[in-house]
Amino acid sequence: MPDNKEKYAQLQEAIAKHKGERGAVMPVLQEAMNIFGYVPQDVQEMIADGLGTTLSEVYGVSTFYSQFSLEPKGEHVIGVCLGTACYVKGSQKVLDKLSEELKIEVGRTTKDGKFTLNATRCLGACGLAPVMMIGDEVYGRLTPDQVPEILAKY
Amino acid sequence: MDLYRAHVLVCGGTGCSSSGSAKLIERFEEQIAANGLDKEVKVVRTGCFGLCEAGPVVIIYPEGTFYSRVKVEDVDEIVTEHLLKGRKVQHLVYVDHKTHESSVQKSLAEIGFYKKQQRVALRNCGVIDPENIDEYIAFDGYQALGKALTEMTPEQVIDEILKSGLRGRGGAGFPTGKKWQFARASQAEHKYFVCNADEGDPGAFMDRSLLEGDPHAILEAMAIGGYAIGADEGWIYVRAEYPIAVKRLEKAIEQARDYGLLGKNIFGTDFSFDIHIRLGAGAFVCGEETALMASIEGRRGEPRPKPPFPAVKGLFESPTNINNVETLGNVAQIILKGADWFRSIGTEKSTGTKVFALGGKINNTGLVEVPMGVPLRTIIEDIGGGIPNGKKFKAVQTGGPSGGCIPASLLDIPVEYDTLTSVGAMMGSGGMIVLDEDNCMVDIARFFLDFTVDESCGKCTPCRIGTRRMLEILERITEGKGQEGDIEKLENLAENIKNSALCGLGQTAPNPVLSTIKFFRDEYEAHIKEKRCPAHHCQALLNYVITDKCRGCTLCARKCPVQAITGNVKEKHVIDTQKCIKCGQCMANCKFGAIIKD
Repeated sequence: MPDNKEKYAQLQEAIAKHKGERGAVMPVLQEAMNIFGYVPQDVQEMIADGLGTTLSEVYGVSTFYSQFSLEPKGEHVIGVCLGTACYVKGSQKVLDKLSEELKIEVGRTTKDGKFTLNATRCLGACGLAPVMMIGDEVYGRLTPDQVPEILAKY
Repeated sequence: MDLYRAHVLVCGGTGCSSSGSAKLIERFEEQIAANGLDKEVKVVRTGCFGLCEAGPVVIIYPEGTFYSRVKVEDVDEIVTEHLLKGRKVQHLVYVDHKTHESSVQKSLAEIGFYKKQQRVALRNCGVIDPENIDEYIAFDGYQALGKALTEMTPEQVIDEILKSGLRGRGGAGFPTGKKWQFARASQAEHKYFVCNADEGDPGAFMDRSLLEGDPHAILEAMAIGGYAIGADEGWIYVRAEYPIAVKRLEKAIEQARDYGLLGKNIFGTDFSFDIHIRLGAGAFVCGEETALMASIEGRRGEPRPKPPFPAVKGLFESPTNINNVETLGNVAQIILKGADWFRSIGTEKSTGTKVFALGGKINNTGLVEVPMGVPLRTIIEDIGGGIPNGKKFKAVQTGGPSGGCIPASLLDIPVEYDTLTSVGAMMGSGGMIVLDEDNCMVDIARFFLDFTVDESCGKCTPCRIGTRRMLEILERITEGKGQEGDIEKLENLAENIKNSALCGLGQTAPNPVLSTIKFFRDEYEAHIKEKRCPAHHCQALLNYVITDKCRGCTLCARKCPVQAITGNVKEKHVIDTQKCIKCGQCMANCKFGAIIKD
């Protein structure tokens, strides 16, 4: 992992790359998400300054889209699909079980910073419903009983 | 070009990739090389074959043998048996859910799932390597663009699309040719041609499969459209949640530029056109065209009133045409084969084919493409293979959060734009979620309202506050706190929101509620008046009952967190419904199946 100084340098590079481009706020925020994992206020300020716009403009965009997070996320982000196909096949019960096992509400991160639990939109893997993702790994055809075993892998 | 005696096609679509198809490809390549077959057999990673239920899917040509749910451990056997000795591996060959027939002796087209399909938009998906422009060209790729640029005027192109009757596949079904005509008529220095790939309807993934399986078809259609309306720049707005699609689009754009099929002076004409990609960031409302343009401009994705329509004032204040991915998937074929050919498929007012994403309680989940006008029953029973586990069909939900539920009594209606709208559902983008007797219709309505409340951008009051009030009413009904008059309140709110919301999201948000009230009013009434959920789904309205199968093992009494179960050893136990919190632990733990929901 690059240290903080390096991360800010990467952010400046991203800003320089998109500066002058029309509609640059979103791609820069997306790059900032990749670099930092979230977009805290000082990062948003740097983006606003760098692109010659205001913090309110950047903040307006970062709070509108669900992909941008203003808080740091856990080491492993769990996303349980609550798309229609998964929902009718019982993904809510999988989500409830995860919430019970991790002792956190949906949208929160465990105290040790290991897991963040999210409910996501359709992942497009409806043939495998119900589906969840942990990081980039996809788990399909789930039942609530499989949850403890899967969590134990991490 | 090298010639091979056999091709191993491995699905690289999202469904199959999720179940490990990348590892299959690796293993196939290793094993084929180890057996000295690498000069004779080629492994190709294709786009989606459609039958996601059977994934990961492997098809071997020239025989067209269809292997389903293939695991890495199975690869060695397929290589040594099928590829080396020419013997099909019987136990891995796909078996039809409905007929229980193995497809050993059959080719792909004869399998029940594919028999009644007709592929126009998805024609190359699962056939070519999407990352290789030469394969697309070998299947007539970029010929339509050449024909349009060198043999046709822009007006002739628009005329052909108009005559074909092609309508928007993203939701509302507006005639594509008309849209192009409007954009052509606007005078401006710059015009834009935008592809809407912000596929947000839960349970619909045809656009994703098309982008992943045949990205060049979309680029070609955009260039044709750009020529027709007089645009010099194209934008594809695609969901960031679709990383494979984004990667393949980027690669395809690069290849097309290298071949001079995008960029300056295409085919030596004075037409220049280039395409950029912009990623979405997780906002459903951005599928609405004015919100989408705001998002490309880097702003909050909020819709604005129309007029002015995008054809007059769109992206960066310039005239803009926006089409959905699947709509564009038909364009090159229409130019190449003509409007009459396209009109010969489908019905009078809904020409061509439509891709549907079948999901939910159905045997063959996956993507299907059928001529417009086929009976809904054909899709559910013949292609979809019916409902699993011997359950009863209850309804099919089409059109996602903007659509409605179609009950069993209407299964014989033809699937086309106007018929679906007339029964209170909608073609939408083509999600088709099948529901069985275990699904509660009130809860399904609640599910969709929960979605729209969350995705409402908040700009207009009817959508921001109205849908929330509807959700609150639905929540209390499913929690057993429904009141007399709630159904009428829902209907009243629904009408007002439909009439007054700013954009398509709000205007159609009440549809799932209205259509479930229309066809399943008795379920709403059972929840409200009898405090009963007929599907035994709503937790708060359930009663757990111990039947005579009980052996008195005491396990349930010990598992019950609130000591609601009493009884002596070896005697039938009883649940105190007053104490019971309906957690279901007793039923989950009973070894004799003695506890049921009532």
